[in-house]
Amino acid sequence: MASSIRVRAVQNGDVTSLKALVRHPMDSGFVKDSEGNVIPPHFIKVLTISHKGKDVVVANWGPAVSKDPFLECRFKGAKKGDELTISWIDNEGESDSTTATIA
Amino acid sequence: MTDQRRRGFLKGMLGVGVAGFALGSGIVPLRVEAATAPDASGWPEKAFNTPGVDETIAELYGMEASESDQITMDLPTIAQNGAVVPVTVETTLPNVTGIALLVAKNPNALAAYFDISEGALPFISNRLKMAETTDVVAVVISDGKAYKATQNVKVTVGGCGG
Repeated sequence: MASSIRVRAVQNGDVTSLKALVRHPMDSGFVKDSEGNVIPPHFIKVLTISHKGKDVVVANWGPAVSKDPFLECRFKGAKKGDELTISWIDNEGESDSTTATIA
Repeated sequence: MTDQRRRGFLKGMLGVGVAGFALGSGIVPLRVEAATAPDASGWPEKAFNTPGVDETIAELYGMEASESDQITMDLPTIAQNGAVVPVTVETTLPNVTGIALLVAKNPNALAAYFDISEGALPFISNRLKMAETTDVVAVVISDGKAYKATQNVKVTVGGCGG
């Protein structure tokens, strides 16, 4: 199965700019389906971006983050060709992880 | 800083335990090796279930935030679709360790918060859901103190109803 995470990391001078898009329903638990049943909450809780084993940015998300969440962040200390690991885990214990190379 | 380090250590220890459990029980549907999955045990359940901006900041960071003009927020003044509102926060405050995004009128105010490591720049862009026209508050932790900035968004179609 294809990864649920799409990442683009670009080196610009000494700053790395990372954009990540995750495919996930991010159900809040407040929405009802067409039959009036509440759709149970299902959302990503934690997403980490790590470089050389160190977490650069850790995102703690609640159900108010949009469906198919998008995150952009910037950091220093990496260089072109370095590998980044992006992983997430949701409230039902599902998880996914991918690696990206800085372009 | 000591607190941060301690938390990291605790998280690490818990991570090992959770990963072990997941592998042993086989309950958790894993697509990747358990060892690479992040650890959600430090996720602040209570802060994410607190209505009200000030209450949430107090719950999450244990302090009050003061207004700051050094926080730049970039978000639409009118959002046609409350389900997807892009929010960008940037700050010139020094030594930022955390950024939080709060939506004042959502059932639970806290939408997301980010741990910013030393090498990362204090810049975050994220998309949030908003139930109705509301203030969006960005909280930045700089030198261990909390600062905030507020901007209003008019929402024409709510993103939390059914």
